[in-house]
Order: sequence, then structure tokens, then C-alpha cells
Amino acid sequence: MPDDLILRVVAKLVIPFVLLFALYVQFHGDYGPGGGFQAGVIFAAGFIIHGLVFGVAKTRRVIPDGIVSGLVAAGLLLYAGVGVVGLLGGGNYLDYSVLASDPVAGQHLGILLIELGVGITVFAVMVTIFFAFADRDR
Amino acid sequence: MLAGVFSLLMAGLFVTLDAVDVAFTEAAVGAGITTVLLLATLARVGQREKIPLHTPLLPLVVVIATGAALIYGTVDMPVYGDPQAPVHQHVAPLYIAEARAKTGVPNIVTAVLASYRGYDTLGEVAVVFTAGVGVLLLLGSRSRKRPPRSQDDAR
Repeated sequence: MPDDLILRVVAKLVIPFVLLFALYVQFHGDYGPGGGFQAGVIFAAGFIIHGLVFGVAKTRRVIPDGIVSGLVAAGLLLYAGVGVVGLLGGGNYLDYSVLASDPVAGQHLGILLIELGVGITVFAVMVTIFFAFADRDR
Repeated sequence: MLAGVFSLLMAGLFVTLDAVDVAFTEAAVGAGITTVLLLATLARVGQREKIPLHTPLLPLVVVIATGAALIYGTVDMPVYGDPQAPVHQHVAPLYIAEARAKTGVPNIVTAVLASYRGYDTLGEVAVVFTAGVGVLLLLGSRSRKRPPRSQDDAR
């Protein structure tokens, strides 16, 4: 497959838009359909296309294993950390109202942050699973 | 392949049911990633199936009994779209009434998922995290420990 010119060119054209769309889904989840889960999966799909067309070894150079496994934990930590910040601010765990001066703004900020955490973890786990499965038969 | 097609059809069904968020997830996860992972797994496992040692009768009976019990359970379910159904009576009206004003997020699904049900979503992320760590422990580290793998290395 790596020798297929059309696949390589089309993949190079498509991948930036896939990643951009994932970011749109991530940060527009408050207003339209979408959110961290979907965005993480779509972002991972961009890297999986890269892995399928150019070979997993090259994708591993783009995004090394250390970074991926770090991100797996970072997303969950971000989510749980937002809860702890809420505790420190005097609210309940995962109560976002105290994150900003205005409760509504705090809720909005909290939702944005935890969706980001969800997205990071889902993305990293999907890439991890793909690497683990796809990289072994070569 | 069929599973992927099925997921895509389900995504279309969810759209017609006005559950756009669910449809989105189904299309991305079910039809997209799962198909790729399934194909990657199929490429990894052997070509031949093991010859089963037991008769398929007992599993068949269990499957039929479970299916019959599940179908019997649907008999009591409220009519589809019934506004008096219990699920529409408990907290859903409250969410719809105040979610927008309290969170400033127009998409109620996101507001419920991330704010009202924050603990549940944290649990879900923890499940995803655990799955990733499990795959990493079971499959990931071994390929790194033996760098020069020979071509005829049987697994």
C-alpha cells in the first residue's frame, strides 16, 4: 500500500481537514452536536489514516509512544483536576460554578475543560490500540 | 465489514430519531474506528478456526433463552414516544427547563453529559483510560522489548 501514489496524495490532502474537523467538533460541542468523545475519535482517525497509508513506523515517528501514553493519562488527569480545582474554590467536586467569578461562565469553562480532557484521553487510547494491533504483523 | 455497515445504518436511524449526538458517536466510533480495529485484528489472527470440542447445543439454548427473556421484557415497555413514560418524568423536564440558563451551553446534551452527569462522564473516561492501559500492558510493551524481530517469528 505505501507505494500507491493516489492514496498517498489523497491522504496528505485529507488528513489536515480531518484534524481540523476534529478540533471543530471538540470546541464547538457546546453549540452543536459533538464533544470530547467524537472529537477524540476523529482526531485519532486522522493519525490512523496516516498509519494505514504511510506505515505505522512513520506514524510512530510523527507521534512517539511516550507522548501517546502520556496523553492517555493527561486527559483523565485534566478532567479529575478540574474537579479538584472546584473543591479548592469552595464548591463540590466537579462543581464548575466556582471556576470563574460568574457561575454561568464557570460552568461553561468547566465543560470546555473536561470535554478537552475527554477528547485527549479518547484520542490517545484509540491511537494506542491502533498501534498495538497494527504494528505487530510487520 | 457488515458490522461497520450496520453501525452506519444505526447512525442514520439515530439522526431520524433526532439524537444527533448519539448518531455522531455511532458514526465515528462504530462505523469508523471499530471497523479499522476489527480489520487490523483479523489481519493479525490466524486464517483457520479451531475445531470446536463441544457441541453447540448448550450455547444455542442459552442464547435462545436469553433472547426470549429480553423480548418478553420489551412487552412492558411504554409506547414509543409516549410523553408519560417514566424516563420523561424524573429529571429530564428539569434539565430542559434550566440547563441553558445555568450552564450557558446551548447544547443540552453537552450540558447534561459534562455538568449534571459529570461523575458519570468521569467514570466513562476512566473506563476508556483503563482500556488503553490494558491494551498497552497486554500488547504494547512486548514489541518494544525485542527490537529485531525475525520474519518467521511465530507468535
